[in-house]
Amino acid sequence: MYAVVIGGGKVGLNLTRELLAKGTEVTLIESRRDRYLRMDAELGFVVQYGDGTELWVLERAGIQRADLVVAVTGDDEDNILICQIARDKYQVDRFISRVNNPRNRQYFELLDIRPAFSATDLILRLIEHEVPDYGLVHLLDLPEEQLEVIEIVVCEGCRAAGLEVQQLELPEGSIVISVLRDEGGFVPKGDTVIYAGDEVLVCLDPGLESQVTALFEAAK
Amino acid sequence: MSFVLIVGSGRVGSTVARNLLAAGHEVSVLDGDPLSHERLDAGQDSTWEGAGGRFTIGQAIERDALVEAGIENADVFIASTNGDNTNLTIAQIAQKMFNVPRVMVRVMDPARAEWYSAQGLETICPTSYAVQMFEKALELPKEGS
Repeated sequence: MYAVVIGGGKVGLNLTRELLAKGTEVTLIESRRDRYLRMDAELGFVVQYGDGTELWVLERAGIQRADLVVAVTGDDEDNILICQIARDKYQVDRFISRVNNPRNRQYFELLDIRPAFSATDLILRLIEHEVPDYGLVHLLDLPEEQLEVIEIVVCEGCRAAGLEVQQLELPEGSIVISVLRDEGGFVPKGDTVIYAGDEVLVCLDPGLESQVTALFEAAK
Repeated sequence: MSFVLIVGSGRVGSTVARNLLAAGHEVSVLDGDPLSHERLDAGQDSTWEGAGGRFTIGQAIERDALVEAGIENADVFIASTNGDNTNLTIAQIAQKMFNVPRVMVRVMDPARAEWYSAQGLETICPTSYAVQMFEKALELPKEGS
């Protein structure tokens, strides 16, 4: 596999190191001269100096044969342009972009640049997971695969409390993949009983969320 | 008369803004730097607002700023900030999110200007014009002839 990484900040540099360690062929493009020189001492020919939104710089890095393009500059417009050009001009099938400002996520979606990862969003999810004030947490979205994983607190008096997993009237296209109880987690079997206070991880098709959560929310 | 929104009030943006206003169009300018407003007033008999112009301070990429500057009613959108990638991104936002009928975008890099022009954006590349002017002045033969 050949990966082209654009942006040699903390994310880009560490990602490049990890990919190299896994045996992946990588080129890292950095536009700041001082950063480039520092990384050149460590990574040598892997790092190229240039503006990764210029076509000739991308071509010099061999974007035409890239299997993966990773846009992790600190500028969202640059990341959008890089992915757009990689996809539409150079027919790169796989690309991943960083969203620096979560408010710009709408533009990545508008221009169909997916997946786009935002560190802010990822940390926010971890906070939601760690702080049990939230009834429902989105743990993972896999839009390409049409799957989501959510975490739900089982409320006192809800329809699911006291039932075995196999008795739950979960909609077609959803399954309980894990139960978190007493500081531990386990994979349930059909006869595992769900109690109020448990947290359950459910894997589901997008769009089923409200049907699934209805089972675990307190009756109104 | 049409309503023109110009994002980026540098030398190009501010001059186009003034000329459009003088020609009787409704003009709104958006720029992140309050000082850029002075460019619109410099050497004029009246202030920009006094002459009927609109000015909004805000980041080009911020949806709220674009709305405040009137993008929802714009007939023409001109992206003329000093960043090519910002211009190309906001031009596509104007086109695809706000359905502005005519979108024009300033792109300094000829390669990106050419490619995005082929993708359906109305790009203007000052670099290409400058090259042509020099070549004409030096009486170089035209490329391909």
